Amino acid sequence: MPTATNADDSDPPDSDGVQIDLISGERMDSMATMEKIRMILDGVHDGNIVILEEGLTPDEESRLIEVTMSEISPDEFNGIEIETYPKSETRDSSLLGRLMGSDETEAKLTVIGPANQIETLHKDETLISALVSRD
Amino acid sequence: MGLFTELKDSISRVTDRLFSEQEPKRIGIYGPPNAGKTTLANRIARDWTGDAIGTESHVPHETRRARRKEDVEIERNGKTVTIDIVDTPGVTTKVDYEEFTDEMEEDDAIRRSREATEGVAEAMHWLREDVDGVIYVLDSAEDPITQVNTMLIGIIESRDLPVLIFANKIDLDDSSVKRIEDAFPQHKTIPLSAKEGENMDEVYENIAEYFG
Repeated sequence: MPTATNADDSDPPDSDGVQIDLISGERMDSMATMEKIRMILDGVHDGNIVILEEGLTPDEESRLIEVTMSEISPDEFNGIEIETYPKSETRDSSLLGRLMGSDETEAKLTVIGPANQIETLHKDETLISALVSRD
Repeated sequence: MGLFTELKDSISRVTDRLFSEQEPKRIGIYGPPNAGKTTLANRIARDWTGDAIGTESHVPHETRRARRKEDVEIERNGKTVTIDIVDTPGVTTKVDYEEFTDEMEEDDAIRRSREATEGVAEAMHWLREDVDGVIYVLDSAEDPITQVNTMLIGIIESRDLPVLIFANKIDLDDSSVKRIEDAFPQHKTIPLSAKEGENMDEVYENIAEYFG
């Protein structure tokens, strides 16, 4: 049963490593928008890298930006770095396409982390290359 | 979203637009920080009303509140369109006050960053609730394939809003309009320099045609 809490409710082990939470589409499916956003931002506030198997809808992305802005605090939290693949030319986003069920193909793996810990090195339609630092 | 809810919403948005034909459409000027949104908004407002909308600056996040210029009447080829121009703060997913400390004192930089975050949230709210169309402004000397651009274009498309992409700053040596056309081939891209006033005829023709 999914919850609105961080993907890992247990205390992370003491280490200098970077925790990565890979969250399945199945886990996200039954969550409300704000539950998803809370889970993502709680993870990011803890310094984790959150990877979503199926990403967010455009409306959820818009609300994620809005909530992220409200939580930015000087010297504490600078916001998020988020990466998904750009939309490809051939993707069918028409209403007919969505009616025919091609909406599922819009789900795209999404990587989110603290802005001061992720740096995108390269990005194109098929590849995202990022550098993750500890802080 | 359920199939029928989505269909109902799409039909509702179309009928809303048809029945509000006489009202000036609110056209939001969106894009990342420093793309030249306010320079463009000022250029359009000055050309058609004689007034400016906001202050321009090379320091990011100069515009930290959405500003509306009402009843801007644009005439082109015998066609007149009246629009409200909404100049919005540049959208980003991160704001670090240290970006501004070269230009100002730390207290001012912190205040600017706080206002910038509020401005981004405000811009997102306008996009979800209050604009009828979008002019998406990009700096043509920069790589357009960024997450903010990808996300914002996706959000605009998901709301079925008409959008024109403006490839700004064509006066710069590194400008590449083709890079923008290749990044967003599903939308019309219009090259311009809002600062120098280059290609504004095509800009106004497209605004009149697309949002009229």
